[in-house]
Amino acid sequence: MRTTKQKKLLAQKIGIIFPLLLGALFAGFPVFWMLVSSFKSNSEIFEYPPRIITENFSFDAYATILGDPVKVRFFINSYVVSLSVTMLTLIVAILAAYAFSRYEFRFKNPLNMIIVSVQAVPPITLLIPYFGLMVTLRLYNTYWALILTYMVFTLPYAIIMMTGYFNTLPKELDEAVKLDGGNAITALWRVLVPISIPGIVSIGIYTFMIAWNEYLFALTLTRTEDMRTVPIGIQLLMGQHSYEWNEMMAMSILGCIPVLLLFLFFQRYFIGGLTGGSVKG
Amino acid sequence: MFILTLIPIVMVISYSVMDNVIVNKSPEFVGFDNYIEVLTDRVFYTAVGNTLFFTGVSVVAHLVLGLSFAMLLNTRLLGTMTKALFRVVYILPWLFTVAIIAVLWRLMLSPNGIVNYLLISGGLIDTGVEWLSSRDTALPAVTFINIWAGYPFYMISLLAGLQGIPRDLYEAATVDGANSFKQFLNVTLPQLKPIIIAMAMLDVIWTTQQFALIWMTTGGGPINVTEMLSTYTYKLAFSRYEFSVASASAVIILLFSMVLSFFYVRHQKSRD
Repeated sequence: MRTTKQKKLLAQKIGIIFPLLLGALFAGFPVFWMLVSSFKSNSEIFEYPPRIITENFSFDAYATILGDPVKVRFFINSYVVSLSVTMLTLIVAILAAYAFSRYEFRFKNPLNMIIVSVQAVPPITLLIPYFGLMVTLRLYNTYWALILTYMVFTLPYAIIMMTGYFNTLPKELDEAVKLDGGNAITALWRVLVPISIPGIVSIGIYTFMIAWNEYLFALTLTRTEDMRTVPIGIQLLMGQHSYEWNEMMAMSILGCIPVLLLFLFFQRYFIGGLTGGSVKG
Repeated sequence: MFILTLIPIVMVISYSVMDNVIVNKSPEFVGFDNYIEVLTDRVFYTAVGNTLFFTGVSVVAHLVLGLSFAMLLNTRLLGTMTKALFRVVYILPWLFTVAIIAVLWRLMLSPNGIVNYLLISGGLIDTGVEWLSSRDTALPAVTFINIWAGYPFYMISLLAGLQGIPRDLYEAATVDGANSFKQFLNVTLPQLKPIIIAMAMLDVIWTTQQFALIWMTTGGGPINVTEMLSTYTYKLAFSRYEFSVASASAVIILLFSMVLSFFYVRHQKSRD
């Protein structure tokens, strides 16, 4: 009796593990392929039949990327833009969310509606006017063009999430600070913000990811090589001379490292924060 | 932020009723001419059709894959560590920029690439296929790439949803003699329905707006077979410098999105 039960359990386990492995192959193989290709030489990439593990394992592609000031500049640009967007978004979102959560003011509801509906405006609709606007404001081909544009896309989500977070914190906290002689600003920065760190981290990561990965506006609002970000840089490699696939793969690996690290370190916040937002809306 | 979204929308609408703005120093009012130009363009309708195919197939496949993977990962037969490991692998596609996804798949789908090699070795095809540059396969190929890149978002949300379903619902169903398929149909699906609808609507909104993936894999080609509304509009503006016609097309896309998001917001409101 017992052995048949165990057999059944084993069969069930295999029934789960087999499709799991199949799915993992579907999800993970392309990523694995990117990694092994980045260690090959470019001629080896086109060898047929393809080699899974390279014979002359080398970091040459990485060295080429990191030794080229133009390509290093792509990374610097991406870091500058993404970090600025993240910092500014968080500051503005915290202040706005505090106002939304703790004060009543005129136009609060229509303002809220607008913030929600801004999320639904397709980027391609905003592209042409932004292009015109940035040229007029002489911000075309600057960091600011990208930072301001990205904030339009990151702020609505950040404000909505942050307001939700503050709403869960009791108002007695603020009142306690006021009794101790502090004002609204001390209440916000000394009490509310420190308690909200998990929420702030998840919003911050989400914002960073949007900015780091953005392509359409980075392509349109910058022109010279010294202003391009990593996603555009990867694409530029495709056009340049011949196709240097190993370099492209190496640059892709380098380009996804920040997001990958953020994800691995903050997995818990990340998934919780994201599903909270998407599911509750 | 206000200024940065409302004014541009007003700007794009005003661009769309002028003759060529930005290039032309003193544009004149031309009414709906630009709209007529877009709406009588055959390529526009090709783009609409492609966008519908691309979005429809992607959303359904995202949902099926996302739900299947979420249910596999939610099993109670495996240890926490094993499941955590699989979860990380399954989320991987979602952590890459579209630019990276595009070059990676261009490499894998190239005539001498690994995909062709595997298919030939498996006896499924005889000779290598140029997946992204042949007219018959380009649209399914970009759709496949989009499916690969997009399902993890569903999976994460549905996994959270699955973990929130109370166990006694399943126990009650078992007592009533329901087999696992019936349990899935009568417990799992109804419980996940709100999440599924919300995700599918968001995905429709996002997928119809997909630009980067198409632009970097096929650029809308060959001969428009992968032209989407977004690439069509982009080309009007930044390849042909017809900013006004492009604005008209952008306004049409905006109206389309507004309808979609109206349903989304109404759905969300009705749940609160």
